[in-house]
Amino acid sequence: MVKTNKIHNPFEIRDCALAAIATGQKAQNLRELLQSIRSVVPGSIVYHFWAGKLRPRFDDPEFNNDFAAWARHALHDKLLAERLGMIDPTMFEGVEPLRQELIDIIEERLDETERIPWSDPDQQFHFITSQIVVFGSQRVIREPRELVTVVPSMTSGSIFYHFIDARRRTFGHMDDFRAWLYGFNDRYHDLIDLLAAVDPFFSSLPELRRQLSALFEEYFGGNA
Amino acid sequence: MMNEMLDQYASIAGEHVVDQLRQLVKPLKGIRVVHVNSTRKGGGVAEILHKLVPLKQELGIDVSWEVIEGDSDFFSCTKSFHNALQGNRIKIPSRLIDAYERVNRRNAERLGKVLEQADIVFVHDPQPAPLLGLCPERKGKWIWRCHIDVSRPDRAVWKYLRNHLTGYDASVFSLAAFAQPLPHPEYLIAPSIDPLSEKNIDLEESEIDAVAEQFGIDRGRPLMLQVSRFDSFKDPIGVIRTYQLTKTFVPTLQLVLAGGEATDDPESQKILDEVRASAEGDPDIHVLLLPADAHRTINALQRAADIVLQKSLREGFGLTVTEGMWKGKPVIGGDTGGIRIQVVNHQTGFLVSTPEGAALRARYLLFHRDLLQEMGRKAKNSVLENFLLTRHLREYLTLMVSLLHGGGDRIELE
Repeated sequence: MVKTNKIHNPFEIRDCALAAIATGQKAQNLRELLQSIRSVVPGSIVYHFWAGKLRPRFDDPEFNNDFAAWARHALHDKLLAERLGMIDPTMFEGVEPLRQELIDIIEERLDETERIPWSDPDQQFHFITSQIVVFGSQRVIREPRELVTVVPSMTSGSIFYHFIDARRRTFGHMDDFRAWLYGFNDRYHDLIDLLAAVDPFFSSLPELRRQLSALFEEYFGGNA
Repeated sequence: MMNEMLDQYASIAGEHVVDQLRQLVKPLKGIRVVHVNSTRKGGGVAEILHKLVPLKQELGIDVSWEVIEGDSDFFSCTKSFHNALQGNRIKIPSRLIDAYERVNRRNAERLGKVLEQADIVFVHDPQPAPLLGLCPERKGKWIWRCHIDVSRPDRAVWKYLRNHLTGYDASVFSLAAFAQPLPHPEYLIAPSIDPLSEKNIDLEESEIDAVAEQFGIDRGRPLMLQVSRFDSFKDPIGVIRTYQLTKTFVPTLQLVLAGGEATDDPESQKILDEVRASAEGDPDIHVLLLPADAHRTINALQRAADIVLQKSLREGFGLTVTEGMWKGKPVIGGDTGGIRIQVVNHQTGFLVSTPEGAALRARYLLFHRDLLQEMGRKAKNSVLENFLLTRHLREYLTLMVSLLHGGGDRIELE
């Protein structure tokens, strides 16, 4: 794991893989969804916001969390889908406030509607959780300019670990690259600002890899 | 030579993907893994094990593959299980259940020692499921890998089988929707395709031309294709209707419906007769009955097509969708089952509910060739990222690490 704010600490490229696990909880209508959101394990809330990026699926270009996509495609509730789709999990300190935001939005929608929206039986929402396995890649970099050559060949798991998962485990909820660059005092403050502007929530992992690769390439001018 | 297979996969999926497997396997070095199923050839399970087992061996895991031996009553019983677990109401005679249990006891005597000494045992599908209860000295983790959709099983059959499954340490299903509640962790691992198999390997244009010529297909004209059994759930009549509606606007259109030879299944023969009747008189509809091993022919047909259809009314995962996408084709698929996971509306193809919907999308694609190409490119990329054998292997390795390292939602390895 990256240790923050230590001068010139080497950056160890880590990787991760997810084991997806069914919770057995499912919902066929909005009230059942609400009940399960109240009780499901925290890992499942995280999974349906973030882990989708690492599982076998094509990113839904319209909605970037599973709750919003289900509201749109299974319940056909466009209004609810738009509200759920606007939740940005990076704005919440931990899972429980995020869970509460989901509950608030769904309760509000249930108050507004006269009939509870239902899905077809084969379009139920299945709550999934996951176990993340983190492992080394045997690659260590010592100078930030090495990111130019290393990032383009990072796996999706590695991008997920350092750019998304990091926000759950670093001080200040930032990605590992920024956390590491802060260790070089003020030398890379402009690069840190550029990284802060990359929104991980709206891009697939391959897209994020491309964005980050381009960003480092442009910053260091190809002088890796 | 040591890593010949891994190197081949690296050339397709990327070196970094194979490097990842090499790192992930490190904590598994030295463990003994056994896979058990009921056949060494034929069927999707054997096909996947023929690849996964040697790949795990190349990665340095001590892995073997054992096959249980059964008689005709045993296989009659397990075929009935298969149909019942997929929703058919079937009464299985006690004579067949006795055969099922007897065959498993006999195999436990033969394989017991190997299984009991293994660190991880994967038992595939219902056929060998009772082996766990017949290996009392087992020391490792036992995992039941279910390859079929048991979302709506015949309850009596499921109740019987469940007794053989509750003792497992974990089970694996292809999709969350396919699972049934069991008293242990239920992992989810989606199927995959093998890019190096005859069905998916790159082909020379000349070979595609030759296959097209063999079946009287004009490669200069647009072609839609559905590859599937002649089964009402695959809606072949709906596919012909889709073609007829589209042909009004694209008169040069051709259709290929390619499936396995009719078996003694009366339903299959009935559907095939209906398909032939619907296609009669139109020389541009090609109904092809292909042998079970015509993988390269299917590959060529998928590559010759402009659009791949999978207009199923009910579907498991739908690997023919994955195969079509891997050939860079947009897929117009039924809005059901695993097709929904693979086909993202307006991105990798279209999800439809009627022949009219399918025809509308087909017309749209055939008149917007640039979009057709773009969707095909996205479809291929999606398979590259998500549905290749390397991802499947990674998830098996992750599952094994997860089981051997215990609970918690995070495992940090050195």
